[in-house]
Amino acid sequence: MSSSTLSETLHQQRQQESRRGLILIGLSAILLSSFVMDIATGPSLLGISDVVNVLLKLLGLPVEVSGTAEVIVTNLRLPIALMALIVGGVLGVGGAEMQTLLNNPMASPYTLGMAAAAGFGAALMLYVGSLGFNAEFAVPIGAFVCCMLSAGLLFGLAMMRHITSGQLILAGIALLFLFQSLLSLVQFVSSPELSQQILFWLFGSLTKATWLNVGITAGVTLVCMLLLMRDAWKLTALRLGEERAKSLGVNVAQLRLKTLILVAVMTATVTSFVGIIGFIGIVAPNIARMLVGEDQRYFLPLSFLVGAFLLSSASVLSKSLVPGALFPIGIVTAIIGVPFFFWMIIGKRAH
Amino acid sequence: MLKVRNLSLAFGDLVLADQLSFTLEAGKTHVIIGPNGTGKSSLLKVLFGDIKPQSGEVLFDSEHLDYRNLNPWRQRFGYMPQDIRLDIGLTVLEVVLLGQLNALSLKLADSLIEKALKALDQIGLLHLAQRDVRTLSGGQCQMILFAQALMRNPKILMLDEPVSALDLHFQQVMLDHLDQQTHQQHWVSVMILHDLNLAAQYADNLLVLKGGKLLAEGAPAEVLSADLVEEVYGVKAELAYDQQGIPFVRTPRRRLMQQSVSLAS
Repeated sequence: MSSSTLSETLHQQRQQESRRGLILIGLSAILLSSFVMDIATGPSLLGISDVVNVLLKLLGLPVEVSGTAEVIVTNLRLPIALMALIVGGVLGVGGAEMQTLLNNPMASPYTLGMAAAAGFGAALMLYVGSLGFNAEFAVPIGAFVCCMLSAGLLFGLAMMRHITSGQLILAGIALLFLFQSLLSLVQFVSSPELSQQILFWLFGSLTKATWLNVGITAGVTLVCMLLLMRDAWKLTALRLGEERAKSLGVNVAQLRLKTLILVAVMTATVTSFVGIIGFIGIVAPNIARMLVGEDQRYFLPLSFLVGAFLLSSASVLSKSLVPGALFPIGIVTAIIGVPFFFWMIIGKRAH
Repeated sequence: MLKVRNLSLAFGDLVLADQLSFTLEAGKTHVIIGPNGTGKSSLLKVLFGDIKPQSGEVLFDSEHLDYRNLNPWRQRFGYMPQDIRLDIGLTVLEVVLLGQLNALSLKLADSLIEKALKALDQIGLLHLAQRDVRTLSGGQCQMILFAQALMRNPKILMLDEPVSALDLHFQQVMLDHLDQQTHQQHWVSVMILHDLNLAAQYADNLLVLKGGKLLAEGAPAEVLSADLVEEVYGVKAELAYDQQGIPFVRTPRRRLMQQSVSLAS
């Protein structure tokens, strides 16, 4: 075959890469608009232009803004809106990498029991009265510790030789049931008031966001994301199957452990601050996969963007469904998540 | 030169290698034949360092296989496992690119892509470069995975039943390419085959494995005989020889007697 066909194919490949780059940029733009919408909606309605002006001012541009708008945005709405982006993104990436590691589109930190473990940890902390510590931090720490504990059990299994991904998924689901039972047990022995408190924590809510915990989650997320991106090609190779990844020179046990730890740390951090939010971890990576395929250079960041967009728009929805009332966001995501999930399965069959 | 000394491997009662020793010289194609379940694929995994044998040594030139530090050992291998399913949202080009995993970075250089495209071109599949691998046939997947293994610039190329899904044309394309490259690049090529006629055509050295023992080793014309085929497979075969003295094996059709086909009743 001639060299012209070869350079033609090279050109096609470059075109495809820029197409995928454009999808990333396009989704960032959509995300930005839902982010602005998220800041604008709330008990006291702000105009989009007010929000944009305050944001521009925060970026250091000389813009005239009203004092109230500035206070509402910077002190109240911005941390929550940022938290929505980060949490959504983390859940998307967590799901994407779990699906990659376990070779299964149904895997996510949620289905592997990490969220249930966090819920149990938080409930336990509420039950024991935070052991006398400040509840604002004791509860997230309890959630974080339990989440890492359940992930630790998965790490232990993952390091054993001859454990297949199917067995890991089964073990994760078993952990999910275990921690759900333990959680029910805590609720059962709690007073009705405490039980109510636990329930609210479990619903998942972004209103606990403060600049401090936004800063912590953003820092953790950034570090974990960079470390994951460094392994982008190895993770892509892993999806060819473990045996083949080994044949390409990937240290599969090491990569699996490293990725599990990164995903667990990110998931534990966000879950401990905002509670349990399901479905984004499963849905976001599947959308990303449909848009750009499984080259992790694009798949990984896009899973983040899609997850961030889903949670950000769910946040807008949770504030505008009933004017004046705030629906727990964990409820909203599952309610839009389920129909989408069915559409995805049926759409795939029709393919 | 890949060397195996006194290798013993067993899974429970199943003995896959019993004090096995052999040497695989560079610049030659070594073909392993033997009955199903006799440990041919496991043997390749031992050479790759993926299965640790109960005893024995594996050496490349004078270097020992070190299980604590497998990466440098594996770096010189191109290894194509038996499984040819590709269920992943990648294009053919991307799958082939993964062959040079260690050279890949977030921004791909033109030279890397060109190398992958040339590998595809050499096996006549450049036109598939942009196709989603999930739309390929089993044989096409097998050829793509062969191209991927070639991309690794191997010193040792191991192919586990590489032609199991290929039509006559691609069998010839793959094996001729392998033959040429093995001699030119001085590779140690090891391949498991079930088709004795292909084995006889392409093997410089034929290894016959059964029950953990090496029953015979050498040039196909010397090794293959009706007696050997019966000993290894329990099949009565007829052998004929072409002008170059390369044997071909034919198994006559047997008509099973009535009582032995009564499974349905």
